[in-house]
Amino acid sequence: MLLPPLFPNIPPNSIPMKKNVIIIGAGHAGIQAAASLREEGFEGSICIFSEDADFPYQKPPLSKGYLDGSQQKNSIMFRSETWYENNQVELKLGELVEKVDVPQKTVHATSGEYAFDFLVFATGAYNRELPIPIKGTDQPLYLRTMKDADYLKQALDQEDVQDILVIGGGFIGLEIAAYAAKSGKKVTVVEYQPRLMQRVLPPMLSEHFAAKHQAYGVDLRMGVGVQDLTQDSKWLASLSTGETVTADQVIVGIGVLPSQVLAQEAGIRCSNGIEVNEYCETSAAGIYAIGDCALHPNPFAKGQMVRLESVQNAVDQAKAIASTICGKPTSYHQVPWFWTHQYNLKLQMAGLSEGYDQLLVRGDVEGDKFSVFYFKNNQLIAVDSINKPADHLQARKWIQASYTPDLEKLADDSIKLNEC
Amino acid sequence: MPQITYIDSDGNKHQVELPLGATIMEGAVQNDIKGIIAECGGSCMCATCHCYIAEDYLDKLPEMEEEEDEMLEGAVAPRTERSRLGCQVRISNALDGLVVEIPQEQ
Repeated sequence: MLLPPLFPNIPPNSIPMKKNVIIIGAGHAGIQAAASLREEGFEGSICIFSEDADFPYQKPPLSKGYLDGSQQKNSIMFRSETWYENNQVELKLGELVEKVDVPQKTVHATSGEYAFDFLVFATGAYNRELPIPIKGTDQPLYLRTMKDADYLKQALDQEDVQDILVIGGGFIGLEIAAYAAKSGKKVTVVEYQPRLMQRVLPPMLSEHFAAKHQAYGVDLRMGVGVQDLTQDSKWLASLSTGETVTADQVIVGIGVLPSQVLAQEAGIRCSNGIEVNEYCETSAAGIYAIGDCALHPNPFAKGQMVRLESVQNAVDQAKAIASTICGKPTSYHQVPWFWTHQYNLKLQMAGLSEGYDQLLVRGDVEGDKFSVFYFKNNQLIAVDSINKPADHLQARKWIQASYTPDLEKLADDSIKLNEC
Repeated sequence: MPQITYIDSDGNKHQVELPLGATIMEGAVQNDIKGIIAECGGSCMCATCHCYIAEDYLDKLPEMEEEEDEMLEGAVAPRTERSRLGCQVRISNALDGLVVEIPQEQ
Protein backbone atom coordinates (compact mmCIF):
# COMPACT_ATOMS: atom_id res chain seq x y z
CA MET A 1 0.00 0.00 0.00
CA LEU A 2 1.25 3.47 -0.83
CA LEU A 3 1.40 5.92 2.02
CA PRO A 4 0.03 9.39 1.32
CA PRO A 5 2.64 12.16 1.10
CA LEU A 6 3.41 13.90 4.40
CA PHE A 7 2.20 17.30 3.22
CA PRO A 8 -0.39 16.66 0.51
CA ASN A 9 -0.77 19.54 -1.96
CA ILE A 10 1.61 21.77 -0.02
CA PRO A 11 4.77 22.74 -1.88
CA PRO A 12 7.89 21.92 0.14
CA ASN A 13 8.86 25.55 0.74
CA SER A 14 5.69 26.23 2.70
CA ILE A 15 5.96 23.69 5.50
CA PRO A 16 5.14 25.47 8.78
CA MET A 17 8.71 25.84 10.04
CA LYS A 18 9.60 27.99 7.02
CA LYS A 19 6.66 30.36 7.04
CA ASN A 20 6.66 34.02 8.00
CA VAL A 21 5.34 35.41 11.24
CA ILE A 22 4.54 39.03 11.94
CA ILE A 23 4.00 40.08 15.54
CA ILE A 24 2.43 43.41 16.40
CA GLY A 25 3.57 44.60 19.83
CA ALA A 26 6.85 44.23 21.74
CA GLY A 27 5.65 43.70 25.29
CA HIS A 28 5.82 40.44 27.23
CA ALA A 29 3.45 38.68 24.80
CA GLY A 30 5.19 39.72 21.58
CA ILE A 31 8.76 39.08 22.73
CA GLN A 32 7.87 35.73 24.33
CA ALA A 33 6.11 34.66 21.13
CA ALA A 34 9.29 35.31 19.12
CA ALA A 35 11.50 33.56 21.70
CA SER A 36 9.21 30.53 21.95
CA LEU A 37 8.93 30.20 18.16
CA ARG A 38 12.73 29.95 17.92
CA GLU A 39 12.90 27.53 20.87
CA GLU A 40 10.38 25.34 19.06
CA GLY A 41 12.63 25.33 16.00
CA PHE A 42 10.67 27.72 13.82
CA GLU A 43 12.89 28.63 10.86
CA GLY A 44 10.81 31.20 9.00
CA SER A 45 11.16 34.94 9.39
CA ILE A 46 9.93 36.71 12.50
CA CYS A 47 9.28 40.42 12.45
CA ILE A 48 8.03 42.46 15.41
CA PHE A 49 6.40 45.84 14.92
CA SER A 50 6.31 48.17 17.90
CA GLU A 51 4.85 51.67 18.07
CA ASP A 52 7.17 52.29 21.00
CA ALA A 53 10.57 53.46 19.74
CA ASP A 54 12.39 52.28 22.87
CA PHE A 55 14.24 48.97 22.78
CA PRO A 56 11.76 46.30 24.04
CA TYR A 57 11.43 46.43 27.83
CA GLN A 58 9.25 45.02 30.59
CA LYS A 59 6.37 47.16 31.77
CA PRO A 60 5.64 45.87 35.31
CA PRO A 61 8.74 47.51 36.87
CA LEU A 62 7.70 50.92 35.50
CA SER A 63 5.38 51.47 38.46
CA LYS A 64 7.67 49.64 40.92
CA GLY A 65 11.45 49.15 40.79
CA TYR A 66 12.05 51.44 37.81
CA LEU A 67 10.08 54.24 39.46
CA ASP A 68 11.88 53.98 42.81
CA GLY A 69 15.28 53.70 41.10
CA SER A 70 16.14 50.18 42.28
CA GLN A 71 15.99 48.93 38.67
CA GLN A 72 17.67 50.72 35.78
CA LYS A 73 16.91 50.78 32.06
CA ASN A 74 19.36 47.97 31.32
CA SER A 75 17.86 45.64 33.88
CA ILE A 76 14.33 45.87 32.51
CA MET A 77 15.20 45.05 28.89
CA PHE A 78 13.85 41.67 27.78
CA ARG A 79 16.88 40.62 25.74
CA SER A 80 20.16 42.02 24.48
CA GLU A 81 20.56 43.35 20.94
CA THR A 82 22.71 40.35 20.06
CA TRP A 83 19.88 38.02 21.04
CA TYR A 84 17.66 39.54 18.36
CA GLU A 85 20.50 39.29 15.82
CA ASN A 86 21.47 35.73 16.73
CA ASN A 87 17.87 34.58 16.65
CA GLN A 88 17.03 36.52 13.51
CA VAL A 89 14.16 38.38 15.08
CA GLU A 90 13.67 41.60 13.19
CA LEU A 91 12.54 44.61 15.22
CA LYS A 92 10.69 47.48 13.63
CA LEU A 93 10.66 49.95 16.49
CA GLY A 94 8.70 53.18 16.46
CA GLU A 95 6.79 51.93 13.48
CA LEU A 96 3.05 52.09 13.28
CA VAL A 97 1.02 49.34 11.63
CA GLU A 98 -1.75 51.17 9.81
CA LYS A 99 -3.78 48.34 8.41
CA VAL A 100 -4.09 44.57 8.33
CA ASP A 101 -5.42 43.01 5.15
CA VAL A 102 -6.80 39.60 6.13
CA PRO A 103 -7.58 38.12 2.65
CA GLN A 104 -4.23 39.32 1.20
CA LYS A 105 -2.34 38.33 4.37
CA THR A 106 -0.41 41.59 4.51
CA VAL A 107 0.18 44.38 6.98
CA HIS A 108 0.59 47.97 5.87
CA ALA A 109 3.11 49.84 7.96
CA THR A 110 4.79 53.24 7.70
CA SER A 111 7.72 51.77 5.77
CA GLY A 112 5.72 49.61 3.40
CA GLU A 113 3.71 46.46 2.97
CA TYR A 114 4.70 43.11 4.52
CA ALA A 115 3.33 39.63 3.84
CA PHE A 116 2.67 37.08 6.56
CA ASP A 117 1.60 33.47 6.89
CA PHE A 118 0.79 33.92 10.57
CA LEU A 119 -0.04 37.17 12.33
CA VAL A 120 0.03 37.72 16.09
CA PHE A 121 -1.75 40.62 17.75
CA ALA A 122 0.19 41.32 20.95
CA THR A 123 -1.02 44.89 21.00
CA GLY A 124 -1.72 45.17 24.71
CA ALA A 125 -3.91 47.87 26.13
CA TYR A 126 -4.06 51.63 26.39
CA ASN A 127 -5.01 53.88 29.29
CA ARG A 128 -8.61 54.79 29.90
CA GLU A 129 -8.78 58.57 29.96
CA LEU A 130 -10.55 60.71 32.54
CA PRO A 131 -13.99 61.46 31.11
CA ILE A 132 -14.23 64.88 32.79
CA PRO A 133 -13.53 68.49 31.80
CA ILE A 134 -9.86 69.43 32.26
CA LYS A 135 -8.76 73.07 32.12
CA GLY A 136 -5.06 73.84 32.24
CA THR A 137 -1.88 74.31 30.25
CA ASP A 138 -0.60 70.89 31.38
CA GLN A 139 -2.31 67.52 31.40
CA PRO A 140 -2.58 65.08 34.27
CA LEU A 141 0.02 62.29 34.04
CA TYR A 142 -0.62 58.73 32.91
CA LEU A 143 1.72 55.73 32.99
CA ARG A 144 2.09 53.17 30.25
CA THR A 145 5.46 53.45 28.53
CA MET A 146 9.04 53.90 29.71
CA LYS A 147 8.89 57.51 28.49
CA ASP A 148 5.82 58.06 30.67
CA ALA A 149 7.70 56.54 33.61
CA ASP A 150 10.76 58.76 33.04
CA TYR A 151 8.53 61.81 32.89
CA LEU A 152 6.53 60.73 35.93
CA LYS A 153 9.65 60.11 38.01
CA GLN A 154 11.12 63.46 37.06
CA ALA A 155 7.84 65.19 37.94
CA LEU A 156 7.44 63.41 41.28
CA ASP A 157 11.05 63.82 42.35
CA GLN A 158 10.99 67.63 42.15
CA GLU A 159 11.32 69.24 45.54
CA ASP A 160 8.63 71.83 44.99
CA VAL A 161 6.18 69.07 44.09
CA GLN A 162 4.71 68.15 47.46
CA ASP A 163 0.99 67.53 47.04
CA ILE A 164 0.13 64.60 44.81
CA LEU A 165 -3.35 63.62 43.72
CA VAL A 166 -3.75 60.08 42.41
CA ILE A 167 -7.02 59.38 40.63
CA GLY A 168 -7.77 55.67 40.73
CA GLY A 169 -7.23 53.17 43.55
CA GLY A 170 -6.21 50.18 41.44
CA PHE A 171 -2.78 48.55 41.18
CA ILE A 172 -1.04 51.23 39.13
CA GLY A 173 -2.45 54.21 41.02
CA LEU A 174 -1.63 52.65 44.38
CA GLU A 175 1.90 51.58 43.40
CA ILE A 176 2.58 55.18 42.35
CA ALA A 177 0.91 56.50 45.51
CA ALA A 178 3.13 54.21 47.60
CA TYR A 179 6.28 55.50 45.88
CA ALA A 180 5.23 59.13 46.35
CA ALA A 181 4.24 58.61 50.00
CA LYS A 182 7.53 56.84 50.77
CA SER A 183 9.35 59.79 49.18
CA GLY A 184 7.69 62.04 51.74
CA LYS A 185 5.01 63.58 49.53
CA LYS A 186 1.53 64.36 50.73
CA VAL A 187 -0.65 62.00 48.72
CA THR A 188 -4.41 61.91 48.19
CA VAL A 189 -5.99 58.95 46.39
CA VAL A 190 -9.51 59.33 45.00
CA GLU A 191 -11.27 56.10 44.08
CA TYR A 192 -14.74 55.93 42.57
CA GLN A 193 -15.49 52.48 44.00
CA PRO A 194 -16.18 52.16 47.73
CA ARG A 195 -12.87 50.36 48.36
CA LEU A 196 -9.38 49.87 46.93
CA MET A 197 -8.71 47.33 44.15
CA GLN A 198 -12.35 46.27 44.42
CA ARG A 199 -12.37 44.43 41.09
CA VAL A 200 -9.86 41.83 42.26
CA LEU A 201 -9.67 41.83 46.05
CA PRO A 202 -12.11 40.88 48.83
CA PRO A 203 -12.99 43.56 51.43
CA MET A 204 -10.49 42.30 54.02
CA LEU A 205 -7.54 42.73 51.65
CA SER A 206 -8.78 46.12 50.40
CA GLU A 207 -8.88 47.21 54.04
CA HIS A 208 -5.44 45.77 54.75
CA PHE A 209 -3.94 47.81 51.93
CA ALA A 210 -5.96 50.89 52.88
CA ALA A 211 -4.61 50.74 56.44
CA LYS A 212 -1.03 50.51 55.13
CA HIS A 213 -1.49 53.53 52.85
CA GLN A 214 -3.03 55.48 55.71
CA ALA A 215 -0.13 54.55 57.98
CA TYR A 216 2.11 56.27 55.42
CA GLY A 217 -0.09 59.37 55.57
CA VAL A 218 -2.04 58.81 52.36
CA ASP A 219 -5.45 60.49 52.39
CA LEU A 220 -7.85 57.94 50.89
CA ARG A 221 -11.18 59.17 49.51
CA MET A 222 -13.22 56.16 48.50
CA GLY A 223 -16.61 56.05 46.83
CA VAL A 224 -15.79 59.50 45.49
CA GLY A 225 -15.66 60.77 41.91
CA VAL A 226 -13.70 63.67 40.42
CA GLN A 227 -15.98 66.05 38.54
CA ASP A 228 -13.50 68.42 37.00
CA LEU A 229 -9.86 69.42 37.09
CA THR A 230 -8.59 72.98 36.77
CA GLN A 231 -4.97 74.05 36.71
CA ASP A 232 -3.99 77.49 37.94
CA SER A 233 -0.86 77.82 40.03
CA LYS A 234 -1.87 74.41 41.37
CA TRP A 235 -4.32 71.77 40.23
CA LEU A 236 -7.77 71.96 41.77
CA ALA A 237 -10.02 68.90 41.67
CA SER A 238 -13.72 69.15 42.49
CA LEU A 239 -15.05 65.97 44.04
CA SER A 240 -18.55 64.49 43.92
CA THR A 241 -18.85 65.18 47.66
CA GLY A 242 -18.58 68.92 47.02
CA GLU A 243 -15.08 69.03 48.50
CA THR A 244 -11.96 70.11 46.62
CA VAL A 245 -8.40 68.79 46.59
CA THR A 246 -5.37 70.83 45.52
CA ALA A 247 -2.25 69.24 44.11
CA ASP A 248 1.06 70.02 42.39
CA GLN A 249 0.75 66.94 40.19
CA VAL A 250 -2.20 64.79 39.21
CA ILE A 251 -1.67 61.15 38.22
CA VAL A 252 -4.40 59.07 36.64
CA GLY A 253 -4.63 55.28 36.75
CA ILE A 254 -8.23 54.31 36.08
CA GLY A 255 -7.76 51.14 34.10
CA VAL A 256 -7.01 50.18 30.53
CA LEU A 257 -8.86 49.25 27.35
CA PRO A 258 -7.73 46.60 24.86
CA SER A 259 -5.83 47.86 21.80
CA GLN A 260 -8.05 46.31 19.16
CA VAL A 261 -8.78 48.98 16.54
CA LEU A 262 -6.45 47.39 13.95
CA ALA A 263 -8.13 44.01 14.35
CA GLN A 264 -11.59 45.53 14.35
CA GLU A 265 -10.92 47.43 11.13
CA ALA A 266 -9.61 44.24 9.55
CA GLY A 267 -12.99 42.60 10.21
CA ILE A 268 -11.75 40.39 13.06
CA ARG A 269 -14.34 39.78 15.78
CA CYS A 270 -13.82 42.02 18.82
CA SER A 271 -15.84 43.02 21.87
CA ASN A 272 -14.04 43.69 25.18
CA GLY A 273 -10.83 42.58 23.47
CA ILE A 274 -9.94 40.63 20.35
CA GLU A 275 -12.01 37.45 20.61
CA VAL A 276 -10.05 34.19 20.43
CA ASN A 277 -10.69 30.47 20.92
CA GLU A 278 -8.81 28.16 23.31
CA TYR A 279 -5.84 28.21 20.89
CA CYS A 280 -5.78 32.03 20.98
CA GLU A 281 -6.81 32.08 17.32
CA THR A 282 -9.04 34.96 16.25
CA SER A 283 -12.06 34.74 13.94
CA ALA A 284 -9.54 34.87 11.05
CA ALA A 285 -7.57 31.66 10.46
CA GLY A 286 -3.83 31.92 11.10
CA ILE A 287 -4.25 35.17 13.03
CA TYR A 288 -3.77 35.05 16.80
CA ALA A 289 -4.26 37.46 19.68
CA ILE A 290 -2.36 37.09 22.97
CA GLY A 291 -1.83 39.01 26.20
CA ASP A 292 -3.79 42.00 27.46
CA CYS A 293 -5.69 42.46 24.17
CA ALA A 294 -7.06 38.89 23.96
CA LEU A 295 -10.58 38.04 25.15
CA HIS A 296 -10.21 34.31 25.68
CA PRO A 297 -12.09 31.37 27.21
CA ASN A 298 -10.26 30.69 30.48
CA PRO A 299 -10.45 27.21 32.06
CA PHE A 300 -9.85 28.79 35.47
CA ALA A 301 -12.94 30.97 35.02
CA LYS A 302 -15.08 27.94 34.12
CA GLY A 303 -14.47 28.61 30.43
CA GLN A 304 -15.91 32.12 30.55
CA MET A 305 -14.52 34.71 28.15
CA VAL A 306 -12.09 36.91 30.09
CA ARG A 307 -9.34 39.38 29.36
CA LEU A 308 -6.41 39.31 31.77
CA GLU A 309 -3.81 42.02 32.19
CA SER A 310 -0.79 40.15 33.47
CA VAL A 311 2.69 38.93 32.63
CA GLN A 312 1.65 35.31 33.21
CA ASN A 313 -1.21 35.50 30.74
CA ALA A 314 0.92 37.20 28.09
CA VAL A 315 3.82 34.75 28.46
CA ASP A 316 1.77 31.55 28.62
CA GLN A 317 -0.48 32.51 25.70
CA ALA A 318 2.65 33.34 23.68
CA LYS A 319 4.09 29.90 24.42
CA ALA A 320 0.85 28.21 23.40
CA ILE A 321 0.56 29.94 20.02
CA ALA A 322 4.25 29.34 19.26
CA SER A 323 3.66 25.59 19.64
CA THR A 324 0.48 25.78 17.58
CA ILE A 325 2.22 27.67 14.77
CA CYS A 326 4.98 25.03 14.80
CA GLY A 327 2.40 22.35 14.09
CA LYS A 328 1.63 21.19 17.65
CA PRO A 329 -1.84 22.56 18.43
CA THR A 330 -1.66 23.68 22.08
CA SER A 331 -4.57 25.13 24.01
CA TYR A 332 -4.03 27.76 26.69
CA HIS A 333 -4.47 26.15 30.10
CA GLN A 334 -2.41 27.88 32.80
CA VAL A 335 -3.35 29.18 36.25
CA PRO A 336 -3.60 32.97 36.15
CA TRP A 337 -1.30 34.77 38.55
CA PHE A 338 -0.61 38.41 39.28
CA TRP A 339 1.36 40.51 41.70
CA THR A 340 1.56 43.99 43.16
CA HIS A 341 4.10 45.55 45.46
CA GLN A 342 3.19 48.45 47.75
CA TYR A 343 5.40 49.42 50.72
CA ASN A 344 6.42 46.15 52.42
CA LEU A 345 3.35 44.36 51.05
CA LYS A 346 4.08 41.93 48.26
CA LEU A 347 0.75 40.56 47.15
CA GLN A 348 0.76 37.50 44.90
CA MET A 349 -2.53 36.26 43.49
CA ALA A 350 -3.07 32.78 42.07
CA GLY A 351 -6.29 31.82 40.30
CA LEU A 352 -9.39 33.96 39.82
CA SER A 353 -11.33 34.60 43.02
CA GLU A 354 -14.42 36.11 41.42
CA GLY A 355 -17.61 34.41 42.59
CA TYR A 356 -16.09 32.75 45.67
CA ASP A 357 -18.59 31.61 48.31
CA GLN A 358 -16.16 30.89 51.17
CA LEU A 359 -12.77 32.15 52.26
CA LEU A 360 -10.20 31.10 54.80
CA VAL A 361 -7.35 33.18 56.19
CA ARG A 362 -4.12 31.47 57.22
CA GLY A 363 -1.08 33.12 58.76
CA ASP A 364 -0.22 36.31 60.60
CA VAL A 365 -2.49 39.13 59.41
CA GLU A 366 -1.12 41.79 61.76
CA GLY A 367 2.44 40.84 60.85
CA ASP A 368 1.66 41.28 57.11
CA LYS A 369 2.37 37.63 56.39
CA PHE A 370 -0.70 35.62 55.46
CA SER A 371 -2.75 34.06 52.68
CA VAL A 372 -6.44 34.12 51.83
CA PHE A 373 -7.85 30.93 50.30
CA TYR A 374 -11.02 31.20 48.17
CA PHE A 375 -13.48 28.40 47.55
CA LYS A 376 -16.49 27.99 45.30
CA ASN A 377 -18.75 24.96 45.71
CA ASN A 378 -16.11 23.52 48.05
CA GLN A 379 -13.42 23.75 45.40
CA LEU A 380 -10.27 25.88 45.77
CA ILE A 381 -10.36 28.56 43.06
CA ALA A 382 -7.81 31.17 44.16
CA VAL A 383 -5.27 32.17 46.79
CA ASP A 384 -4.01 35.68 47.57
CA SER A 385 -0.77 35.75 49.53
CA ILE A 386 0.83 38.69 51.28
CA ASN A 387 4.56 38.16 51.89
CA LYS A 388 4.00 34.38 51.73
CA PRO A 389 5.69 33.37 48.48
CA ALA A 390 5.78 29.69 49.38
CA ASP A 391 1.99 29.69 49.84
CA HIS A 392 1.64 31.31 46.44
CA LEU A 393 3.76 28.73 44.65
CA GLN A 394 1.93 25.89 46.42
CA ALA A 395 -1.41 27.46 45.46
CA ARG A 396 -0.47 27.61 41.79
CA LYS A 397 0.36 23.91 41.80
CA TRP A 398 -2.89 23.04 43.59
CA ILE A 399 -5.12 25.12 41.33
CA GLN A 400 -3.40 23.86 38.18
CA ALA A 401 -4.08 20.30 39.37
CA SER A 402 -7.69 21.12 40.51
CA TYR A 403 -6.73 20.03 44.02
CA THR A 404 -8.63 21.28 47.05
CA PRO A 405 -6.84 21.03 50.40
CA ASP A 406 -8.49 19.79 53.57
CA LEU A 407 -10.18 22.81 55.14
CA GLU A 408 -9.68 21.71 58.74
CA LYS A 409 -5.99 21.16 58.22
CA LEU A 410 -5.70 24.42 56.31
CA ALA A 411 -7.25 26.28 59.23
CA ASP A 412 -4.57 24.86 61.52
CA ASP A 413 -1.40 26.92 61.21
CA SER A 414 0.65 24.21 62.90
CA ILE A 415 0.13 21.88 59.91
CA LYS A 416 2.49 22.54 57.01
CA LEU A 417 0.79 23.77 53.85
CA ASN A 418 2.06 20.95 51.66
CA GLU A 419 0.55 18.48 54.14
CA CYS A 420 -2.96 19.96 53.86
CA MET B 1 34.49 43.45 35.13
CA PRO B 2 34.06 40.17 37.05
CA GLN B 3 34.05 37.05 34.92
CA ILE B 4 31.22 34.58 35.42
CA THR B 5 30.80 31.12 33.91
CA TYR B 6 27.29 29.85 33.36
CA ILE B 7 26.60 26.19 32.76
CA ASP B 8 23.25 26.26 31.00
CA SER B 9 20.39 23.76 31.29
CA ASP B 10 21.88 21.74 28.39
CA GLY B 11 25.27 21.56 30.12
CA ASN B 12 27.02 24.07 27.83
CA LYS B 13 29.54 26.48 29.33
CA HIS B 14 29.40 30.23 28.68
CA GLN B 15 32.04 32.60 30.01
CA VAL B 16 30.86 36.20 30.24
CA GLU B 17 31.88 39.46 31.88
CA LEU B 18 29.22 41.15 33.96
CA PRO B 19 29.11 44.73 35.18
CA LEU B 20 29.25 45.26 38.94
CA GLY B 21 25.78 45.47 40.42
CA ALA B 22 24.07 43.38 37.73
CA THR B 23 22.31 40.29 39.02
CA ILE B 24 23.10 36.71 38.01
CA MET B 25 19.62 36.56 36.47
CA GLU B 26 20.13 39.73 34.39
CA GLY B 27 23.51 38.46 33.20
CA ALA B 28 21.93 35.20 32.06
CA VAL B 29 19.04 36.89 30.26
CA GLN B 30 21.24 39.49 28.56
CA ASN B 31 23.65 36.79 27.39
CA ASP B 32 20.94 34.42 26.21
CA ILE B 33 21.86 31.63 28.64
CA LYS B 34 19.38 28.80 28.29
CA GLY B 35 17.37 27.79 31.33
CA ILE B 36 16.81 31.07 33.17
CA ILE B 37 13.23 32.18 32.64
CA ALA B 38 12.84 35.10 35.07
CA GLU B 39 9.16 35.51 34.37
CA CYS B 40 8.65 38.27 36.96
CA GLY B 41 11.61 40.32 35.75
CA GLY B 42 13.59 40.20 38.98
CA SER B 43 10.97 40.94 41.64
CA CYS B 44 11.51 37.72 43.60
CA MET B 45 7.98 36.66 42.68
CA CYS B 46 8.26 33.58 40.50
CA ALA B 47 11.25 31.32 41.38
CA THR B 48 12.13 30.78 37.70
CA CYS B 49 15.74 32.00 37.96
CA HIS B 50 16.82 29.21 40.32
CA CYS B 51 20.52 28.40 40.02
CA TYR B 52 23.25 26.45 41.77
CA ILE B 53 26.29 28.38 42.97
CA ALA B 54 29.76 26.80 43.02
CA GLU B 55 30.52 25.72 46.57
CA ASP B 56 33.69 27.77 47.05
CA TYR B 57 31.75 31.00 46.47
CA LEU B 58 28.83 30.37 48.80
CA ASP B 59 30.31 32.44 51.63
CA LYS B 60 30.96 35.38 49.28
CA LEU B 61 27.28 35.79 48.37
CA PRO B 62 24.94 38.40 49.80
CA GLU B 63 22.90 36.89 52.61
CA MET B 64 19.59 35.31 51.73
CA GLU B 65 16.43 37.20 52.68
CA GLU B 66 13.46 35.35 54.08
CA GLU B 67 11.36 35.73 50.93
CA GLU B 68 14.05 34.24 48.71
CA ASP B 69 14.36 31.37 51.16
CA GLU B 70 10.61 30.76 50.92
CA MET B 71 10.50 31.07 47.13
CA LEU B 72 13.29 28.49 46.80
CA GLU B 73 11.14 26.02 48.72
CA GLY B 74 8.70 26.20 45.83
CA ALA B 75 11.26 25.98 43.01
CA VAL B 76 10.70 23.18 40.51
CA ALA B 77 14.23 21.69 40.51
CA PRO B 78 15.45 20.24 43.82
CA ARG B 79 16.74 22.77 46.31
CA THR B 80 20.25 22.20 47.65
CA GLU B 81 22.56 24.18 49.92
CA ARG B 82 23.92 25.70 46.67
CA SER B 83 20.52 27.02 45.57
CA ARG B 84 19.91 30.73 45.06
CA LEU B 85 17.55 32.86 43.01
CA GLY B 86 19.60 34.58 40.32
CA CYS B 87 17.65 37.82 40.71
CA GLN B 88 18.73 38.20 44.32
CA VAL B 89 22.50 37.87 43.81
CA ARG B 90 24.33 40.96 42.64
CA ILE B 91 27.74 40.70 41.05
CA SER B 92 30.62 42.03 43.13
CA ASN B 93 34.40 41.81 42.68
CA ALA B 94 34.42 38.98 45.20
CA LEU B 95 32.42 36.90 42.72
CA ASP B 96 35.03 37.09 39.94
CA GLY B 97 35.52 33.58 38.55
CA LEU B 98 32.15 32.32 39.85
CA VAL B 99 30.58 29.28 38.19
CA VAL B 100 26.77 29.18 38.11
CA GLU B 101 24.90 26.06 37.16
CA ILE B 102 21.36 26.30 35.82
CA PRO B 103 18.94 23.45 36.53
CA GLN B 104 17.06 21.69 33.76
CA GLU B 105 13.69 22.80 35.06
CA GLN B 106 12.38 26.10 36.39
